[in-house]
Amino acid sequence: MNTPYQIIVGLEVHVQLMTKTKLFCSCKTVFGAPPNSQVCPICLGMPGVLPVMNEQAFQLGLRAALALNCQIANFTKWDRKNYYYPDLPKNYQISQYDLPFSYEGYLDIDTSSGSRRIGIIRAHLEEDAGKSMHDESGRGGDSKVDLNRTGTPLLEIVSKPDIRSAEDAETYLRELRLLLREIGVSDCEMQEGSLRCDANVNIHILYSSDNGEEIAATPLVEIKNLNSIGSVGRAIQYEAERQYEAFQKDPKNYRFGKLLKTTAGWNEARGMTQVQRHKEEAADYRYFPDPDLVPVVVTAEQIEEVKRSLGELPSQQRTRLQAAPFSLSAYDAQVLTGQGRKMVAYFEEVAKISDPKSACNWLTNEVFASLKERSEEIDQFPIRAPQLGELINEMKQLGIKREKARDVYQKMLAENVDAKTAIDQLGYKPFDDNLLLDLIRKAIEGNRKAVLDYKKGNEKALDRVFGTVMRETKGMGRPDRIKQLLLEEVAKIEA
Amino acid sequence: MSLIEKTALEIRELQNNGSVTAEEIAKQFLSQVKTHDGQIKAFLHIDPENILDQAKKIDEKRKQGKALGALAGIPVAIKDVLCCRGVPTTCGSKMLQNFVPPYDAFVIDRLKKADAILFGKTNMDEFAMGSSTENSAYFTTRNPWDTTRIPGGSSGGSAAAVAACEAPLALGTDTGGSIRQPAGLCGIVGIKPTYGRVSRFGLIAFASSLDQVGPFTHDVADAALLMEVISGHDAKDSTCVNVPVPSYLAQLDQPIKNLTIGVAKEFFGEGLDSEVESSIRSALKVYQSMGATIKEISLPHSKYSVAVYYLVATAEASSNLARYDGMHYGHRTAQKKDLISAYSNSRGEGFGKEVQRRIMLGSYALSSGYKDAYYLKALKVRRLIKNDFDKAFADCDVILGPTSPTAAFKIGEKADNPLAMYLSDIYTISCNLAGIAGMSIPCGFTKGGLPIGLQILAAPFEEEKMLRVARMFEKQTEYHQRRPKL
Repeated sequence: MNTPYQIIVGLEVHVQLMTKTKLFCSCKTVFGAPPNSQVCPICLGMPGVLPVMNEQAFQLGLRAALALNCQIANFTKWDRKNYYYPDLPKNYQISQYDLPFSYEGYLDIDTSSGSRRIGIIRAHLEEDAGKSMHDESGRGGDSKVDLNRTGTPLLEIVSKPDIRSAEDAETYLRELRLLLREIGVSDCEMQEGSLRCDANVNIHILYSSDNGEEIAATPLVEIKNLNSIGSVGRAIQYEAERQYEAFQKDPKNYRFGKLLKTTAGWNEARGMTQVQRHKEEAADYRYFPDPDLVPVVVTAEQIEEVKRSLGELPSQQRTRLQAAPFSLSAYDAQVLTGQGRKMVAYFEEVAKISDPKSACNWLTNEVFASLKERSEEIDQFPIRAPQLGELINEMKQLGIKREKARDVYQKMLAENVDAKTAIDQLGYKPFDDNLLLDLIRKAIEGNRKAVLDYKKGNEKALDRVFGTVMRETKGMGRPDRIKQLLLEEVAKIEA
Repeated sequence: MSLIEKTALEIRELQNNGSVTAEEIAKQFLSQVKTHDGQIKAFLHIDPENILDQAKKIDEKRKQGKALGALAGIPVAIKDVLCCRGVPTTCGSKMLQNFVPPYDAFVIDRLKKADAILFGKTNMDEFAMGSSTENSAYFTTRNPWDTTRIPGGSSGGSAAAVAACEAPLALGTDTGGSIRQPAGLCGIVGIKPTYGRVSRFGLIAFASSLDQVGPFTHDVADAALLMEVISGHDAKDSTCVNVPVPSYLAQLDQPIKNLTIGVAKEFFGEGLDSEVESSIRSALKVYQSMGATIKEISLPHSKYSVAVYYLVATAEASSNLARYDGMHYGHRTAQKKDLISAYSNSRGEGFGKEVQRRIMLGSYALSSGYKDAYYLKALKVRRLIKNDFDKAFADCDVILGPTSPTAAFKIGEKADNPLAMYLSDIYTISCNLAGIAGMSIPCGFTKGGLPIGLQILAAPFEEEKMLRVARMFEKQTEYHQRRPKL
């Protein structure tokens, strides 16, 4: 993009872990349950109760951290972050402060300008707060608090400010979402709040003044209330332009270091960011180690075990699909991997039976659309990989054209029959060379004049003969073969 | 000796041989409460009907020949900091005046399983912060030996209840001496178990890294009995250690051979009352007469205990008590213009002065810019204090000294001087900071007839040894048999 500035973005992502129960008690974590129905004395923070760490949550955290290439601390602890808010019943959040369980990782993303490595500063575990619902009519009605979410395990993943465009921010989030879904850590549904993202944005401007040229940095703005991956991109783009304008108005003072970090909310309806508060007013969280919990020690064996169980990660998959024997384009590899591991496995099976390029085309052109239409996952899809492979092979052998092949595919899908049966039932007879030659000779007989015209040099004249043969095959003949045989036959005729 | 003056084990025996029923026992203790608690004021909440119901059920169980728990039919008074399902649990605070927990504390569950009679909730300093019960939001408990004096605190209600024979057993909690100090001042036995020996689940936290639940009893054997019931692993408390619980009663009467007693010079410094000191010296002589070796030891960092304690305990308390904000729990103010005023007025009205003082102190100690100098420095010194004890216990079995620098003081005497009040815990606090075991047993009386407590400290999870050492003294003396005249 040709802008007079460079966008600098770091993302703070919170994902809810797919545990059956909460981080420190045995309450369920199902989304959408009636308000305050998934609570107990522990997550309500009642007097005298104590938290006990959910081992599964820690395991999922480890999976995510290792998939993000993070270092794992062999000793980690829980800290209390103290602040008052009605949806936080204890008035402190159990989080990790100075010794997060993982740090210094990275995530590789494929951007329009090639692969980019986005650094991960840290990933730590913490408990979620509840939800406050305020009366937004302005009439001062009661606020309501739903504590179902209180205590749900969250993984906070903090990226380095390595993201350089709104587009890359979206790519990073899609890649992160794909990765965490693939390894079973989180379902990452932004609509349901199981993936939340705050963006720290500023810009670097090449600025010329009387003092010469310099790179000027604008103050940091943290954007909250981002409800979709698209809105993250839109908010970053808007905010960058807003900062550029602000800088133009006051190049001396609108500078990083001169103004403190501010927090802004993204207003999707109005398409703009709105300043919420200045960070200097932010609370002193008085972090200290939670005396109710014991430190967690992670062994090298545990780390190895989790690593082994991760399986192939999306980035590894993409690389593999671009290499032999698949040799897919970067784009195709990206599209397939983006559909998840099951789709890739399906593809590989089809490709082995037929060929990778056809397999990929069939998936992206037909199967994806069918799945969407039928609201199915690939493992529920009635045409299994061997059948699709067979269809591709039959199509090639019999010279069945694309549109006819699509009819065969639709019949297989609708009636749950295999490729050969569908072809048979549709009456698509294969035409071998003998059959074709019969048809060609008959067509030559019926079009003597056209053949003679061709022989005299009117190349177009043969099209008529060719068309007659094609009609006779009802579109099932392979045009290239027909053309070849026709030319051979015509050559035998004396002018 | 009347029934109510007997020990739990004696009362248990009387039940076992059919001389008395649980119902009769309950009636006699209820009668004692009715007659004397107007003066002693040990109980915040007592429900005679419910108590008699519990007792009748035990008698019924016995009649049917069913197996009975170790505390069958024995009344146990409960400090009002321990959650009992369906029973008001106020923590001695206006803040929790209407709090009725929907769950039992682990120790309450254990008492129920042992067929004990839950015998009312006892008075305490608000949120266990204090050494006299004068910080209770409700009233001050009186020392049964002299009702113009405090019973000690914060578990003063539990200590007074046992000393006044209103219950043979009681549970308290000890964060900096809150079991041992009132036990000492009331002339009974009190134990602060090793940190992690007893589950804290359902104990309303003051300072989570220091709090432990423990027994009040007339003698050491009863203490061993109650310890057996409440000790052990609890999956609901991550800090509760999974170490097997020995039978404390089994070897109780076996003296420790070649007993080496450590005596720390730091426990005999300025501020120690001379009558208390001579009583402790006499106790040491009793042990010497049984062949024990006295070894002078040093706990050089113990002089920082009070300072460290008032940073660590208050820091934790500032966070533990944050939940009492009038939103979900606790008193809610009528004066609420906005969120901030709702919070600050609810807390300002609901908490007493001492609690407010400690919350402010703790918040300050954790605040950015001060945390390194106060809270984190205190944690470092805490480690040094623990190291002192580790070193000491390499050379001796137990450490003996006074429980408190003085016998019970007058009501009001230190009420306006927080620092003087804090210093009454000077000998007990280091035990909590180090996480070791400690207890107080009666070892004498002042000329004025006030009890004096001997503190016995032992290495972590050495409760069995500590109890046997205490029992050795008890067998040679009769202080534990005295009961105050009410």
